[in-house]
Amino acid sequence: MEGVRRFEGLCAALPRRDVDTDQIIPKQFLKRTGREGYGDACFFDWRYLPDGRPRPEFELNDPAYRGASILVSGANFGCGSSREHAVWALRGMGFRAVVAASFGDIFRANSLQNGLLPVQLSEVQADAIAARSVERRGYRLLIDLEAQTVSDRDGEICGFAIDPFWKECLTLGRDPLELALDHAADISSHELRRAAWLPRCSELAGLT
Amino acid sequence: MSGPGPGGARTAYRKIWDAHRVAGDPESRALLFVDLHLVHEVTSPQAFERLRQAGRTVRRPDLTLAVMDHTVPTGERGQPLQDPVAAEQLRQLEGNCEEQGITLFDLRHRRQGIVHVVGPELGLTQPGMTIVCGDSHTSTHGAFGALAFGIGTSEVEQVLATQCLWQAPAPTLEIRVEGGLPLGVTAKDVALAIIGEVGVAGALGSVVEYTGSTIRGLSMEGRLTVCNMTIEAGARAGLISPDQTTLSYLEGRPACPRGRDFEAAAETWLALASDEGASFDRSLRIAAERLAPHVTWGTNPAMVAEVTGRIPRLSELPGEAEREAAARALSYMGLEEGTAIEDIAVDRVFIGSCTNGRLEDLRAAAAVVAGERVHPRVRAMVVPGSQTVKRAAESEGLDEIFRRAGFEWRESGCSMCLGMNPDVLASGERCASTSNRNFEGRQGAGGRTHLVSPPMAAAAALHGHFVDVRQLTLAELPGAR
Repeated sequence: MEGVRRFEGLCAALPRRDVDTDQIIPKQFLKRTGREGYGDACFFDWRYLPDGRPRPEFELNDPAYRGASILVSGANFGCGSSREHAVWALRGMGFRAVVAASFGDIFRANSLQNGLLPVQLSEVQADAIAARSVERRGYRLLIDLEAQTVSDRDGEICGFAIDPFWKECLTLGRDPLELALDHAADISSHELRRAAWLPRCSELAGLT
Repeated sequence: MSGPGPGGARTAYRKIWDAHRVAGDPESRALLFVDLHLVHEVTSPQAFERLRQAGRTVRRPDLTLAVMDHTVPTGERGQPLQDPVAAEQLRQLEGNCEEQGITLFDLRHRRQGIVHVVGPELGLTQPGMTIVCGDSHTSTHGAFGALAFGIGTSEVEQVLATQCLWQAPAPTLEIRVEGGLPLGVTAKDVALAIIGEVGVAGALGSVVEYTGSTIRGLSMEGRLTVCNMTIEAGARAGLISPDQTTLSYLEGRPACPRGRDFEAAAETWLALASDEGASFDRSLRIAAERLAPHVTWGTNPAMVAEVTGRIPRLSELPGEAEREAAARALSYMGLEEGTAIEDIAVDRVFIGSCTNGRLEDLRAAAAVVAGERVHPRVRAMVVPGSQTVKRAAESEGLDEIFRRAGFEWRESGCSMCLGMNPDVLASGERCASTSNRNFEGRQGAGGRTHLVSPPMAAAAALHGHFVDVRQLTLAELPGAR
């Protein structure tokens, strides 16, 4: 896993609540079998007109946000479908962090798995950062995962909470899968304790 | 998650957590063993690919079941897929399952269906199990008192490789629903009413346990509907403590233990129920007697009203954010604030999905449809949740009732719930749908979705607009037969 410690970047504001993963990456792109190439499809229906030109009214089409790496949005960002493609699309569009008052539960897990940092702030703080991203052209944030702080050129704005497990995985570049494999012996002994009558899908193979 | 209550009383969630913790800290982050891993074509190819790249194999193919459901066409089986990208994705699932020794229900299989319909009907979903799938509606399986939740593709890979997942304990929310459901009001209406009350983030990250006499009175199929929709309130999982209804449903199913083993299992299962006095982090109560059929009017499931009600006026909404969200939703939906729900006309009707694609749902819809005709302006389709549901419905003659009324009777799959197959809305089309999400573009770019129960969808198909199913003759109402 790619390590994340601190980074600075341009903020782009998408000030609306409950942005669901169907909007982040619509279904027609989920038939692909790779992890790359979703960036151009990110926010597809909001971002493009039916003829493929950018929708002028869509916030993230503002040229001032070109090169943005921090997305600032409303509460419950990433709700809905479990599609990890949403995170691949945001990464593909250049984002390394999303700042919001809360996140969809599965989206948060998917983000952390892909080094897209979900920075959860209070509603007041998140709204203030969104407002500054709109009002001040070129507004930038410094996100320090080790210190768990968010700052701008005027200084530290606030701290943010993160699960210590994930902080360790991200800062040290550890893969949760490998951490689970370290417990192979524990897994084996759990398997021996399981009730014999628990179902096995393999026994259904011949079912008619 | 709260610790044990007085006298060590534990919630069902806590009991399942404790029984599956392989390693880690019980109060912060633990490695949980997964009893059943359900796999489908859309969220698994990248997981298998990484597994292969790392030189790993599936640890427990015997605890993994793959089903083709999301992209499958619902026309006649045996035809090649028109969409080459979807066809390739299905081929990869087939290849991955073959390579890793995973049982696959493909398009030719007599048990194919939506993964969340297939698991329960086979008896694979059992109380006390941990169940995951790369699909948010995995919460459905909680109806049996299992801990079931959706995961992303990276976690799918982790479960394939280790049969385990790292999990932090979730806060618990008890939703107690008390009282008898009025005639014509279904489990779907209970779910929509709850989401309308708490909001789409009202249970964010929580494990919800549904309790109370209304929930106890629901069939397993109704409970599956309620748990299915739990994710729409932002929850990680929803569950219902096992009881006699659970046991009666499970006995004799193909994947269930038999004879003495069933008795032993049943005893274990009943002991999983949350203990008297177990404490939840939060609790809320809903009175069922006052519930009416619900219809969503906006672009998330919390934007919902009673069928006899109106779309709210923006000025009635509590805050600026709510007003902005509602205005955006109404603009997308092509609706005016204050419109009476019954004045909304529909072009399409979809009956199906992991929310409402089971036999009881089809029976409830057929009871409304029997002897009637679909409104000439409406195109209506029924997509059974599985081949098993389809066969059972056909043996009761439900297919004939739907066909004679002018409904299309189709093959099983996720279909127009998410429009990954050819069943999609055209831009601007308005649909009464028994599915779970009314997000923008969910059923097709520009499509407009209204979530309702199966009888409400059936009634809208006949009348061409939403009607209060309670106003139909009593004999047509579900539960009145």
